[in-house]
Amino acid sequence: MSESKTQTLTIDVSNMNYVELNEMVRRSEGDVELTGCLGQRFIAAGMGARNVRITGVPGNALGAYLNGARIEVCGNAQDAVGDTMNAGTIIVRGGIGDTAGYAMRGGKIYVEGNAGYRAGIHMKAYQDKLPVMVIGGCAGSFLGEYQAGGIIIVLGRGAGVNGKPIVSNFPGTGMHGGKLFLRSDCADILFPKQVTARPATPDDLQEIVPYLEEFCGIFGWALPELMEGPFTLVTPDSSNPYQQMYVPN
Amino acid sequence: MGIRYLTPEFEVVRNDARCIRCQACARQCANEVHRYDADLDMMLSDEMQCVNCQRCVSLCPTNALKIVHSDCRLRENANWDNAHIREVYKQADSGGMLLSSMGNPEPYPVYWDRLLINASQVTNPSIDPLREPMETRVFLGKKPSRIRRGENGELDTTLTPQLELSMPVMFSAMSYGSISYNAHESLARAATELGLYYNTGEGGLHEDFYQYGPHTIVQVASGRFGVHEGYLQAGAAIEIKIGQGAKPGIGGHLPGIKVGADISRTRMIPEGSDAISPAPHHDIYSIEDLRQLVCSLKEATAYTKPVIVKVAAVHNIAAIASGIARSGADIIAIDGFHGGTGAAPTRIRDSVGIPIELALAAVDQRLRDEGIRNNVSLVVGGSIRSSADVVKAVALGADACYVATAALLALGCHLCRTCQTGKCNWGIATQRPELVKRLNPDVGSRRLVNLMTAWNHEIKEILGGMGINSIEALRGNRLMLRGIGLNGKELEILGVSHAGE
Repeated sequence: MSESKTQTLTIDVSNMNYVELNEMVRRSEGDVELTGCLGQRFIAAGMGARNVRITGVPGNALGAYLNGARIEVCGNAQDAVGDTMNAGTIIVRGGIGDTAGYAMRGGKIYVEGNAGYRAGIHMKAYQDKLPVMVIGGCAGSFLGEYQAGGIIIVLGRGAGVNGKPIVSNFPGTGMHGGKLFLRSDCADILFPKQVTARPATPDDLQEIVPYLEEFCGIFGWALPELMEGPFTLVTPDSSNPYQQMYVPN
Repeated sequence: MGIRYLTPEFEVVRNDARCIRCQACARQCANEVHRYDADLDMMLSDEMQCVNCQRCVSLCPTNALKIVHSDCRLRENANWDNAHIREVYKQADSGGMLLSSMGNPEPYPVYWDRLLINASQVTNPSIDPLREPMETRVFLGKKPSRIRRGENGELDTTLTPQLELSMPVMFSAMSYGSISYNAHESLARAATELGLYYNTGEGGLHEDFYQYGPHTIVQVASGRFGVHEGYLQAGAAIEIKIGQGAKPGIGGHLPGIKVGADISRTRMIPEGSDAISPAPHHDIYSIEDLRQLVCSLKEATAYTKPVIVKVAAVHNIAAIASGIARSGADIIAIDGFHGGTGAAPTRIRDSVGIPIELALAAVDQRLRDEGIRNNVSLVVGGSIRSSADVVKAVALGADACYVATAALLALGCHLCRTCQTGKCNWGIATQRPELVKRLNPDVGSRRLVNLMTAWNHEIKEILGGMGINSIEALRGNRLMLRGIGLNGKELEILGVSHAGE
């Protein structure tokens, strides 16, 4: 996203309070590298085009309202990654907690491992903005809840181990826009009534190839192997699901 | 017809001797009640469509029209009143949930009308606000609970961000979508001129209105419509909407049919797509989670703006407010069950929530008891109808009031309570361009400024009468109130004595 204009500032943030940490990042110019991160919240909230590299485990709401920055985490991340993000890229070389990408409208979230509950809830799309979330492992319950736009891709590495499904219960509940791609035949997955789940065609997959290429480039995965699939595509039946519920009084 | 027929609620009474067949009524009525029949040379009425918005009455050049309640009614029944029977018919016909607009119209107690204000006589003389300075300015935000000094003994005057209001009133949240562009422009311009604030509601901020940002409160709700970094930076404060008085515990839903090009741009969603704001924020299950959203908004705006948390007045409101006061929020907004809405299920609007007067009294007392009242400012709405209601609210413990219905009335709303149809003949609760243009923002903002200026004068008169020259000195001063016709429990909750005591 952003070319580094100045030297990267490296900060050891172990034992640093989040307010102090974020203030330091806000004040600095150019790219930053945070080492020893352990649970500090709200890192890079609202940040425009910059590169932020984090080793350790950033706390909740990493990159909330993100507006163009590229964040790379060498480690796991916690809840609310990329909450309401507008633009930018978040890369997590590990797993993430719940409600990742809540209402994200643009940008990309690439997670190598698993995601918790409610990943991609309220994800939207708008004009030229198309948010994309790729989860390398499995996703928890309520994946893509109320999804109104954008693309969520779950690749399911590790699915089946100890009976873990590629996605837990209730994927796509309340979905009224966007697409869910699950790398599985989803034979055992129960979808809600208002979505259609069908095998993805090669044409369908064309749309996600660029994102998978980028994902594979970042994490060193093999694209041809991924593309073998099978993929299931989940789409909503209507963008107006609640039209018939009311009578004027 | 037959079993599906519902008698019209209203009757159009046309004085034919006065009617000049100008057809203004037909042009004005988006509900298509009036029609000219050339063969008969007569104006005809389809009363089934009439909502009693009084637009035709107001525009008839010869005063030939009046709208009356139809007396074609079912047999009187104190239990099964007309409204209940009609609602059963509508649901039996459609299978739909009943959908209504504006605030709860049912005859519940209005405690403002059971509270009386004190005045000075002989001792502690009253003050004449026309001659003496009178302060109605308030600051909203966290206040320090003690004096702090630096190393050299100098006063530490740093404060967390505050909102400065020229009088203790703000225009409460109404989204672009629920109300029109011209209504929003009127509110924004009036707030700017008055030194007050209006509130975007959860529908985002139109690109044309960023210029009014210093007098704008931007809202963040569960759907996060139109929320992005620039939006958060644009406002003077950020309000997290948890609930609203008209529909506590349920979400918002703008049907796709109302999401046209302009609304789509403001909400940042595709045209024609439903805008669904579910009841809960799915990332908030605790005060700690709420704190996370509050703090993330503060981080994203570098601690330059106060954060408001808005909730509906419900049974446990005192405990809820106590939690919010500990969440890092600077201001708590509480919306009573009379609060208005562009659309809410009738059953929710009319049966859920509690009166704001009781909620306010309970919250103020609880926060005082816990020693955290200074952590937050309290703003109450739902519904504040006059300057006297404002004064009573401040005496009960509010820092300021939110008004919306009163503001809409100033813009021409006639409270016909059919906002949900999107056919507002007064150009307020509609997105149809030919209707929207009926509300002139020059006129609208002027009328809002008039209303608030008049209220401010009245507030000063009432304050002066009490011998108080600053609104801040009235806050929480319940000795200035007496109850009338209230029982012991009500007086206890309100923390006031009965008149005569």
